[in-house]
Amino acid sequence: MDGYAVVAEGLEKRYGDKHALAGFDLAVQQGSVHGLLGPNGAGKTTAVRVLATLLRFDGGRARVAGVDVRCEPRQVRRRIGLTGQYAAVDEVLTGRQNLEMFGRLFHLGGRRAVRRATELLEQFDLVGAGDKGVGTYSGGMRRRLDLAASMILAPDVLFLDEPTTGLDPRSRGEVWEAVRRLVAGGTTVLLTTQYLEEADRLASRITVIDQGRAIADDTPDGLKDRVGGDRIEVVARDAADLPAVAKAVARVADTDPTTDALERRVHAPVTDRVAALTDVARTLQEERIGVEDIGLRRPSLDDVFLRLTGHGTQTTEEAA
Amino acid sequence: MSRTDTVTRADVTDVADLTDLTPGDRHGRAYWAVADCWNVVRRGLTHYQRRPVMIAWQLGFPIISVLLYGYVFGGAMKSPDGGSVRDFLMPGMFAMTMAFGFMNTAIAVVTDASKGVIDRFRSMPMAPSAVVTGRGVNDLIIACSELAILAATAFAMGWRTDTGIVASLAAFGLLLLLRFCLIWVGILLGLLVPNAEAAGGLYVVAFPLTMISSVFVPPSTMPDWLGTIAAWNPISSTAAAARELFGNPVASDGSWIQEHSLLMAVVWPIAVTAVFAPLAVRRFQRLSR
Repeated sequence: MDGYAVVAEGLEKRYGDKHALAGFDLAVQQGSVHGLLGPNGAGKTTAVRVLATLLRFDGGRARVAGVDVRCEPRQVRRRIGLTGQYAAVDEVLTGRQNLEMFGRLFHLGGRRAVRRATELLEQFDLVGAGDKGVGTYSGGMRRRLDLAASMILAPDVLFLDEPTTGLDPRSRGEVWEAVRRLVAGGTTVLLTTQYLEEADRLASRITVIDQGRAIADDTPDGLKDRVGGDRIEVVARDAADLPAVAKAVARVADTDPTTDALERRVHAPVTDRVAALTDVARTLQEERIGVEDIGLRRPSLDDVFLRLTGHGTQTTEEAA
Repeated sequence: MSRTDTVTRADVTDVADLTDLTPGDRHGRAYWAVADCWNVVRRGLTHYQRRPVMIAWQLGFPIISVLLYGYVFGGAMKSPDGGSVRDFLMPGMFAMTMAFGFMNTAIAVVTDASKGVIDRFRSMPMAPSAVVTGRGVNDLIIACSELAILAATAFAMGWRTDTGIVASLAAFGLLLLLRFCLIWVGILLGLLVPNAEAAGGLYVVAFPLTMISSVFVPPSTMPDWLGTIAAWNPISSTAAAARELFGNPVASDGSWIQEHSLLMAVVWPIAVTAVFAPLAVRRFQRLSR
């Protein structure tokens, strides 16, 4: 398939009688950031590890950067970079020593490895820290070094497996910025994440994975449209007020509001967020209905899952 | 096709065009197996250059043991055949240090595995064998320096050999052979345990395994059943063989195993390697299951 940097067709990966991947399909357009979204155990990491030649698979076909993963894993390895869930860098060495070591192991030879390390330290804004031990780096710096190490050969395809899990917001922003710059340089990125927000910010297309299967493949907007976009949510103080609350919410909502009697919660999707919030708040105040909480909620991964699978993220078993 | 692809990619990446990123491909697989191994070794040795304290920690235990047993207990302990207790103890200390080395291997392997460094290596176009061979060569180089420092410490305390340079080198060779076979045990354990803390817990196993041997006292001074176990401990064979080759007191009780320590100091490591090397390699390959 021309124009696609990663193509997977019907990938199967079994552990005993458990299917980590059960006919997984994926097509990643060249030069794009593609999000692979799913809860823990959905098969995201398994998929990335199969595509990055770290795991053998039991069925299906996969091509990465035009090379067959099963037949020519070595050729695949020269065209990919991988950033796993941990910053896979040497803690004792300096940032520069890390990049030089990996450069030599990428068979650049000593002198080119040294030059490439300098280039990458500049590109990833690590010049000042280059000669300090990685043990002293912040989480974000470590991640950037990790990204730099996976960019040594300027690979065609970069796999990022939950690159910002466990990072503080500032470090997260740094990593996002680095990823954007890579894509501007022409790299194709396959990004796995549990955060809809992250996929939304970076990816031009998102594949939702559940129980080892792709259950949706869409643009971020298309996906959010399916989930219903933002919604308004009101928690009543008294369960007796729920019908009145539902009526107030129904006036601004796009569809009929959903009432959760147990949690005294009424919610419904809305388009004009602020207008809806002020309208509902005014109505409830005028009718003197006691409100414990009122607000706008962005669709979460949970919402996406609930909508696409009929079950929440918690019910998916751990299988990664 | 690969060449042109890479060059095109390099052209669009703003900085990449400074350096040609085509991997060196003139050499065959055997060349890269050796070159990659050496690059992994270099990384390990740079650790010691960056953190000299690491080597102090690794040597601290055997050196302190040498000093403790040599001076604190040395006076109270009688050498089995009237010679110097220190002369009996030192080869045992060398063997013990080699035996404990598997812990360092295991900890290094599990640290790399749990941090994803091994996965990164495996996702790169380097020779996969270098991950294992690099570790082994690195650990043997460290073992050589450990032996040199221990021997110097022992020499300063009055330990002497009187059998000439060839026999002494043979003794050190047997000690390194013991270390070599335990590299495979260390790699296997490093790939089996979940994290470095768990690997540290292996001391609980390692300590009695080295104590129930002829490292500190002759097995003949132990209860019969324990003495038999101690005599058949591979560490005992290496310690006894080293004593013999150094010309230090051996304290054999005449049993077959103790009379054939030179032979067994070769046979044991080969047997351990024959069992654990395939297991370690298989475990490494199973990472892709």
